[in-house]
Amino acid sequence: MAASPQQNSRAMNNNYDGFGVPLILPSWIIIGFFLVVPVAMMLMYSFLTKEFRGGVIWEFSLAAYDQFFFDRGLFGDSPPVIEWTYISIFWRSIWQAGVATFFCLLIGFPTAWFIATRTGRNSTIWLFLITIPYWVNLLIRTISMKFLIRDNGPLNEFLISFGVISEPFHIINTNLAVQLGLFYSYLPFMVLPIYAAVERYNFALSEAAADLYASRTVTLTKVILPAVKPGIVAGCILVFVPSLGAFLAPDLLGGAKNFMIGSLIEEQFKGNAGNWPFGAAASMILLSLVLIVLTLYARHQARGQR
Amino acid sequence: MSRDNNIAVDIQNVTKMYGDVTALKGVSLDIRDNEFFTLLGPSGCGKTTLLRVIAGFEEISNGAIILYGQNIANLMPNERPVNTVFQQYALFPHMNVTENVMFGLLRLGQDRANAKTRVGEVLELVQLSDFADRMPSQLSGGQQQRVALARALAPSPKVLLLDEPLSALDLKLRQAVRLELQQIQNQTGITFIFVTHDQEEALTMSDRIAVIESGQVQQVGSAREIYEAPKNKFVADFIGKTNLLDVSVTDLARGKGSCILPGGVQITCPAAEGAHAGSGHLSVRPERITITALGKGLVQGTVARHIYLGTDLHVEVNLVEGGHVTVRMQNSTQIQIPKVGQLVCLDFEPNFARLLVD
Ligand SMILES: Nc1ncnc2c1ncn2[C@@H]1O[C@H](COP(=O)(O)OP(=O)(O)OP(=O)(O)O)[C@@H](O)[C@H]1O
Ligand SMILES: [Mg+2]
Repeated sequence: MAASPQQNSRAMNNNYDGFGVPLILPSWIIIGFFLVVPVAMMLMYSFLTKEFRGGVIWEFSLAAYDQFFFDRGLFGDSPPVIEWTYISIFWRSIWQAGVATFFCLLIGFPTAWFIATRTGRNSTIWLFLITIPYWVNLLIRTISMKFLIRDNGPLNEFLISFGVISEPFHIINTNLAVQLGLFYSYLPFMVLPIYAAVERYNFALSEAAADLYASRTVTLTKVILPAVKPGIVAGCILVFVPSLGAFLAPDLLGGAKNFMIGSLIEEQFKGNAGNWPFGAAASMILLSLVLIVLTLYARHQARGQR
Repeated sequence: MSRDNNIAVDIQNVTKMYGDVTALKGVSLDIRDNEFFTLLGPSGCGKTTLLRVIAGFEEISNGAIILYGQNIANLMPNERPVNTVFQQYALFPHMNVTENVMFGLLRLGQDRANAKTRVGEVLELVQLSDFADRMPSQLSGGQQQRVALARALAPSPKVLLLDEPLSALDLKLRQAVRLELQQIQNQTGITFIFVTHDQEEALTMSDRIAVIESGQVQQVGSAREIYEAPKNKFVADFIGKTNLLDVSVTDLARGKGSCILPGGVQITCPAAEGAHAGSGHLSVRPERITITALGKGLVQGTVARHIYLGTDLHVEVNLVEGGHVTVRMQNSTQIQIPKVGQLVCLDFEPNFARLLVD
C-alpha cells in the first residue's frame, strides 16, 4: 500500500540515528521499567506454585496453565478433558469487545468525520467537547451509567413517561449493558485517530472520484475508507484491546453472568481468595492472543506495501 | 454566435458567488466541438471556479451550462460527461496506475476485461505503458501528470477540463508535455478546456483563448486576434508586452481612429470597438517600433537604458512629453544600438498600432 510519508520518515530516522540514541534513552528506560519488567514478572509468576493466601511459592509449576485449559476432576486425578469455563470467558470477552469496537466505529467514524470537516476553530471546540466526560474517573462514569440504565433509572422512566415502552427495558446485568459500558468508556479512542486521518485526507480525491462517475457510496468505500484506513485500524485496536481486558464495565454493569477476562484476572489478585499464578497465566494468554492478532495484521499490512 | 450543433459547451450568463465574493460575473462563452479552448487570466480571476462550475463541483448562483444541447447545471459531478485533470493530480494513492486509470471505466459499468484493454490503449497514448503497475508515489511529477491525463481520458469524455496541469513541471518537461497534449487532443478529438495563467502556453496551444479578469470575460479569440487586435487595455497589457501611449482621439469611423500623439503628430490607426473621442490609449507592441534618426519619427525621447535578453535587446526610451516606451531590437551586429542618454526618434507603422478602450 502507498504509505510514502511513513517510508520517508523512516528513512529520515536512519539519517539521524546518531542523535537518536541519547534522545530515545528516556523512552527506553520508561518502557523497560514499566512494561518489560512487569511483563517479565508476570511471565515468571505464571510458572510458579500458588500460595493459598495469595502470593506464590518459589517452585516451578505448570499448574496455572493446566488449570486454565484442562479439567482433571474434583481431586485432580481423572484423565484430563478440556476445561471450557475459562475458554468460554475468553470467547465471550472477545465477542463483547468486538461488539463494542463495532459500535464505536459505527458512531465514531461519522463523529470524527463531522469534527474533521468543521472549519477553523470549530473542530477544536468539538474535539474538546468530546473529551470533557473523560476528565471524570472511569469508575465514577461507569457507576453513573449503572444508575442511568437500571430498571427504575432515568432512561426507563423517560421512555415510560413518553409511552415508548410500558415495562422497564431491562438492560442492567445484560450483555448489552456491558457493551454500552465499553462503548462509552472507549469511544474517544476511536474518534481521535479517525479524526487525525480524516483531517489529513485530501478532499480533492473525493472530487476526482465524483468526476470519474463514482456515486457517494462508491466514493466512500473505494476512496475515502482506504485512505483513512490507518486511522480506523488504530481506533479499532485502541478500543478492542482495552475492552478485552476491561473489568469495570463487566463487573458493575454486567453482573455475575457476564464475567469477562478482566474480571477473572482481577479476582485472582484480590484478597486472600486469589490464585496469583493462575491470574498471571490468564494475563499471559490474553497478552499472547492480542500480540498474535496484531502481528497477523502487521504482516498483512507489510505484504500489501510490497 | 448561433447555437448550432458544433457547440460543445455553451455557458450562458453564469454567475458564481462565494458568500459575498463574486467569483464569476455573468460569464457567457461558446466553446466549439473539438476545440482546444483556453481560459487565460491572472491569479484569482476565476478560471478554476469556471472549470469547477462546468465539472459540477460548485453550484452556480445564476445562469445555464449547456453541454451538447443538454442543460447540465443541475446535475451532480458524477452525472456529467466531462472529466477533469486536477491541478494537483489527485491520483488515488492506494491504487496503482492501472487501477487509477480504470476507476472511471468501472464506474461506467464496463467489465474488467474491456476496461483493461482500454487502460492499455490510454497508457500507450500517454507513453506510460511500462509504468502500469507502479503506485503514484513511485512516479515523477511529469509521470503523475500523465497518469492524471490518462485517467481523465480513459472514459472518453465529451469534454476534458484541465486546470493548469503543467504548472508543477519544469520548463523542459512542460514544453514536451505541451506538445503531447496537443497531439492527444488532435488524435482523440475531445474538446479541451484548458486553464492557464501562462500566456505563452495559451498562445502556442490554443485554438481560441478567453481572457478573463475579475470574473468577467474580456475577450475571446484566436491567439493572433488577441495579440494583434486586443479589445481593451487589460488584454493588450496582459498578453505580451505593449506600450500604451496617452493620446487624444479626435475622430472615429469604421474601425479607424485619428489621434494626436505626444509631441503633436497626428496619425490614423485601427481602433478597438467602443473606443471614443477624447483622451485614450494607443497600444504599440515593442517589436513594431524602430529607432530612427532625429526628425524622422513619430515621437521623440531619450534612451534610458538597455535590457539584454540574449536573442533580443530591449531599449527603454523616456519620451520628451513624459511616459516611456520599450523598443525591441534583434540582437544582431548589423543594428546600431543608440547610447544611453542619446536623443532619438521612434517610428512605427500606424496600421500596427491600436486605439483601445480603457
Ligand atoms: N471556496 C471559496 N470561498 C471563497 N472565495 C473563493 C473560494 N474559491 C475561490 N474563491 C475566490 O474566488 C476568486 C476566483 O478564484 P479562482 O480559484 O477561480 O481563481 P483562479 O483564476 O483559478 O486563480 P489561480 O490562477 O490563482 O488559480 C478568488 O478571488 C478567490 O479568492
Ligand atoms: Mg486556479
